[in-house]
Amino acid sequence: MNRMNDTFRTGAVDMSHGGGGRAMAELIRDLFHRHLANPVLDQGHDAALFEVPAGRLVMSTDGHVISPLFFPGGDIGSLAVHGTLNDVAMAGARPLYMTAGFILEEGFPLADLERIVISMAKAAEDAGVPIVTGDTKVVERGKGDGVFITTTGLGVVPEGVRIAVDKARSGQAILLSGSVGDHGVAILSKRENLEFETEIRSDSAALHTLVAAMVDAVPGISVLRDPTRGGLASTLNEIARSARVGMELEEADIPVKPDVAAACELLGLDPLYVANEGKLICLCEAADAERLLAVMRSHPRGEEAALIGRVVEDENGMVRMRTGFGGQRVVDWLAGEQLPRIC
Amino acid sequence: MKYIDEFRDPGLARKLAESIAAEAAPDRHYYLMEFCGGHTHAIFRYGVQDLMPENVSFVHGPGCPVCVLPVRRLDDAVELAERHGVILCTYGDMMRVPGTKQRSLIRAKADGADVRMVYSTVDALKVARENPEREVVFFAIGFETTTPPTAVAILQAEAEGLTNFSVFCNHVLTPAAIGHVLGSPDPRDLEKVRIDGFLGPSHVSAVIGSKPYEAGAELYRKPVVIAGFEPLDVMQSVLMLIRQINEGRYEVENQYTRVVTREGNRKAQALVDKVMERRDAFEWRGLGTVPDSALKIRDCYAAFDAEKRFEVSEKASREVKSCECPAILRGAKKPTDCKLFGTVCTPENPMGSCMVSSEGACAAYWSYGRFREPDKSKEAAA
Repeated sequence: MNRMNDTFRTGAVDMSHGGGGRAMAELIRDLFHRHLANPVLDQGHDAALFEVPAGRLVMSTDGHVISPLFFPGGDIGSLAVHGTLNDVAMAGARPLYMTAGFILEEGFPLADLERIVISMAKAAEDAGVPIVTGDTKVVERGKGDGVFITTTGLGVVPEGVRIAVDKARSGQAILLSGSVGDHGVAILSKRENLEFETEIRSDSAALHTLVAAMVDAVPGISVLRDPTRGGLASTLNEIARSARVGMELEEADIPVKPDVAAACELLGLDPLYVANEGKLICLCEAADAERLLAVMRSHPRGEEAALIGRVVEDENGMVRMRTGFGGQRVVDWLAGEQLPRIC
Repeated sequence: MKYIDEFRDPGLARKLAESIAAEAAPDRHYYLMEFCGGHTHAIFRYGVQDLMPENVSFVHGPGCPVCVLPVRRLDDAVELAERHGVILCTYGDMMRVPGTKQRSLIRAKADGADVRMVYSTVDALKVARENPEREVVFFAIGFETTTPPTAVAILQAEAEGLTNFSVFCNHVLTPAAIGHVLGSPDPRDLEKVRIDGFLGPSHVSAVIGSKPYEAGAELYRKPVVIAGFEPLDVMQSVLMLIRQINEGRYEVENQYTRVVTREGNRKAQALVDKVMERRDAFEWRGLGTVPDSALKIRDCYAAFDAEKRFEVSEKASREVKSCECPAILRGAKKPTDCKLFGTVCTPENPMGSCMVSSEGACAAYWSYGRFREPDKSKEAAA
């Protein structure tokens, strides 16, 4: 164990770590298994074997290629856990198990890899969802960017819950669980060519306990989505287009932290298009909105929850907004890539 | 946000809207050209048009640096990156502008050219320092606002002895363009373009001052109000223009006094003058060839002039047929008059430059304002 610890302090990933030989076995044992230990993983099989409860299962997978790997409020490890847990949770599901696949670049410091794995382990433990199997590959120097992580999550939907985008209907309320743009701005503030001083931290967080409280209070929630890449604006447009409904938003009711607003102003970005990793959008019947907001606000991940608009009839799926200034405008899809490699 | 929220206050906006409605004479129409894309963007983003009476219209001007760059110059930039193998540093918007046969820098990059998005000339200099064995070219575009940083970059490169850095200079001049819009209108536009006054550039004027517009205002008898980019700035400037028009005045007034002076930033002007000089003429997309409307790098800094360091081939550059960007840039047509608008041309798949930049009129119409227009797909079906 001591020998390996020294290696982690000073060493780097080399091709043998993916070669299938002893070096790879040691890496898996002393790093991945050690930090991510749980009964299913500890079986030591290539495939995880577990019981599943009866009901509808949900599965989701997500690749993470973020740059920089470490950022205020998280790192690629915690993000890879939160991102996938949230995708599972947005089906109203309780996440049960996760898997993790690593693509490592030759030369990547083992100390950084260990930091990332420890962060993943903590995120998984906090969420109460074990990582039950994984995979490691190494690519030559210059063929990757440090580390890429792909995670898959499996969950089960509680009886009586049916969340689906086609349930969006005119008259429903649009709720948002908190301020937008935190993740994207936190990442941007650490970009090599753009560094600026800000206190903003990524909002990267697992939302499944918030979702559990919400579906428990209002099982008839219509739609849940996490506005990640493309931000709030793009996610609302996705929903509007799929469900062939329109939306009307109130700009003044959309929470944006002052620091985020200031950074966006400086960089010419619109916070509505900047990514989030710990927020959700919920569509529900107008009559349930107040009750649901109260539930959200009493949960640590939804303290700033707000009613930001309503669903209207419009088969063209246009999202409109009354501006804080008093005029009207369209809130369109994000065109192109506002900020590459943010998750 | 201090110093920002004050200029977006809805209560003040309502009061200004009331004054505009009260002072705009009901028996006439006011056509106001906002020269800058920054104003176009603000008007649409904040819904300023909704606060205007029926008889006040905005005519969108050519002040979008990405939009007015002719296809030929973009094709040259693509050639620099592809054939000469340089590291081409460019502002982000320029990446997606389609050149001849829809060839853009982003496509060239996908095919292996080394095109890098930078946020400032400082980044471009850094790239040059970090890659001493490579030629690094900064693709300089923009009006007088972005010209001083380019001049500083050249002086900095000289001071550091950076021999692998050069600038592909496409800087253009605002007063010449305003004069051209008024004084040499395209014969096709006669009686189509009506302009009663100008919302003058804000950031450009911070550099050049308000003085350079005075001769044009006098010559063409059109009022100019230098306007800030915040929505309340725009509204106050509209009110100032309406007052001038009503009183038959054609002065250069300055609404944006918190930034702009009559003389401008003399230090910035001197830096630009040291490194650059006027071209006899320059081609603008939409406006055609405009005399004295652009800058080139002086001969004494030829070592930093990409046009002198690299030979670019003669080429038959062509815009997309039936793209109305040129007429839109002259204020002769609205984006919705274009057959391509919203059908084949969208921000995801732009056919013309006005759909690329957030300051372009087409992008502003499409992204913020298209609910104001009848649905074209339905019209086509009918």
